[in-house]
Amino acid sequence: MEYEIKPHQKLNLGLKEIWQYREMLFFFTWRDIKVKYKQTVLGFAWAILQPLFLMSVFSLAGAALNIPSESLPHPLFTYSALVLWMIFSSGLSTAGNSMVTNANIIRKIYFPRLIIPISSILTSLFDFLMAFIILIGMMIFYHNRITFELGKFLLLFPVSIIITVISTFGAGSLLAALTIKYRDFRYVTPFLVQFLMFVTPVIYPISIFHFTAAKYLLAINPMFSAVELFRSGFNGQMPELRLVAISLFSAILIFIVGIYYFRKTEAYFADLA
Amino acid sequence: MKPILEVKNISKRFLIQHNRQPYLNMRDSIASVFKRTNSVSEDFYALKDISFNVQQGECIGIIGKNGAGKSTLLKVLSRITPPTTGNIISRGRIASLLEVGTGFHPELTGRENVFLNGSILGMSRKEIQAKFDEIIDFSGTEKFLDTPLKFYSSGMQLRLAFSVAAFLEPEIMVVDEVLAVGDAEFQKKCMGKMEDVNKQGRTILFVSHDLNAVQNLCKSTVLLKDGKISMTGESEIVINRYLHENSLASTIWTQTAQLNHPHFRKIDVRLEGKQPRLKLIVNSSIQCFPGMATSFISYDIFSRLGTPIAQAIPGAEPFIKSQDSVMHLATEIELNGFVPGDYYIDAWIGPHYSETYDWQKECIEFSIVESPVRNRTFPHYPAHGFFVPESRIM
Repeated sequence: MEYEIKPHQKLNLGLKEIWQYREMLFFFTWRDIKVKYKQTVLGFAWAILQPLFLMSVFSLAGAALNIPSESLPHPLFTYSALVLWMIFSSGLSTAGNSMVTNANIIRKIYFPRLIIPISSILTSLFDFLMAFIILIGMMIFYHNRITFELGKFLLLFPVSIIITVISTFGAGSLLAALTIKYRDFRYVTPFLVQFLMFVTPVIYPISIFHFTAAKYLLAINPMFSAVELFRSGFNGQMPELRLVAISLFSAILIFIVGIYYFRKTEAYFADLA
Repeated sequence: MKPILEVKNISKRFLIQHNRQPYLNMRDSIASVFKRTNSVSEDFYALKDISFNVQQGECIGIIGKNGAGKSTLLKVLSRITPPTTGNIISRGRIASLLEVGTGFHPELTGRENVFLNGSILGMSRKEIQAKFDEIIDFSGTEKFLDTPLKFYSSGMQLRLAFSVAAFLEPEIMVVDEVLAVGDAEFQKKCMGKMEDVNKQGRTILFVSHDLNAVQNLCKSTVLLKDGKISMTGESEIVINRYLHENSLASTIWTQTAQLNHPHFRKIDVRLEGKQPRLKLIVNSSIQCFPGMATSFISYDIFSRLGTPIAQAIPGAEPFIKSQDSVMHLATEIELNGFVPGDYYIDAWIGPHYSETYDWQKECIEFSIVESPVRNRTFPHYPAHGFFVPESRIM
């Protein structure tokens, strides 16, 4: 193996190198999952309890305020969006802070820095798998109130997961790279997560807005398309394709910008950490 | 054969900012676009035009004062921070050991941490599994394998961390000062392990302040000074040059401060006699005080690298009595068979070994040039001892 250490670096995803360091990625993810639930009594149950609690509150509020739910029962309507949302929110918060929390390793060891935000996302995907089991249970429970088409579901489910992952990855890497340079972003990240939750159709369907402008504005959110496509797997409706396309474009854009900025600045993380 | 590591014209520049917070913040960055802030930035070269080659299987020491650029060089070599200019061609995998226990997590158990740390240091899972028992054996913590690390004593944590590092077997190993901590026995164990690794044909770059360790382990040494290579060559020669550059001692020492306890005022030394029967004559002026306890003096002789060699106490009973004057004392110390080299003396005065009136460390220096063995054609190495005892066939 021969390689060169040079001042500047090429800009690419560095997938080949990440593949070489796949075992370290595995160990980082394994550590994050283990540490997350160490010394807790309920352990992995927290991965299910968090969205379940939120679901109870939101569906009660939704029912009380008479918010439409695309013909789905309120608990299923909110929970299906929440499980996806949790990937994004927990992935974004941990990835955003990950360079600072792992600063001691960054200062002492070389590895492709991208594996740290990747491991944050893999950790939240693990939580998602736990919460997803409950979602399946709920879909079986409400089976006569949903329009389940296996083919549509099998197509839209992975697509919505991929959209969630690339937007979390893009935004997470961007915030990680910004946080290590400007510590202001430690305060921006939680606020951003909270704000995005309210502009994502988790509690309400996009159809409650009658202004097209408002719809277009909300569709800029990359998580919009993920949630809409995921739900349309079993609500028997088609989302507005133009809105989904906008959201998809913004997901891809945030992914490219995030990775580009991260790769451009990662060489100096050790000097800044 | 091509060298395993080619370092070509490496420079590393840092910007030092004055009048600024340690962290950047957005407000400052945005503000600086619109107006010139009063913060001054200054270029600082931590490394300037460093070039050297390392052959496969070589063990190279890197020495220099604090701030000479040793750690920055290691960071560039381990790819943690990129060089500003220049490049390095490496023909093997570099594992860096800039710290032991990198990534140790207090909540994880000893077993889990071995795997995590091993992987961070660049071992594969299979490798760690294969060496796991040896690692635990080496650390001596088998009883606490499934206890979270936060319940370990700091010594145990350190031993576990060392043990993982000790079983690292990369083609090129970059080691920084890690042996400076840990107890003496464990340090010895680790040095032995490093020698083994080197004997297997692996390449080591070793940074240390422990010049003895560098001399024992490394054949050649790079001396850094203010970010530049000041000398490269055989370890012994480079280390001696480094010590000469930094030596403050001379053959006459005088106390400059006014002290109100018994102390040395002036010490000078000279060598008398011929090898192998050399005598060191030490003349001391000692300021005594009325009411002081009758005291001893002792002269401790050290090698250049700080290894204690001998302690001379001229008298079994205390011989410096209470008085209100300066006492002159000439001491003769036999240095039979001492090998050529530079030596330091510590001068100590006190009434009992547990009580010290004055202790001047490395205050004075002397050199022996001639070999104690007549017609000896091969050089004396410190590794073979500091004096040659007289020996004959019976």
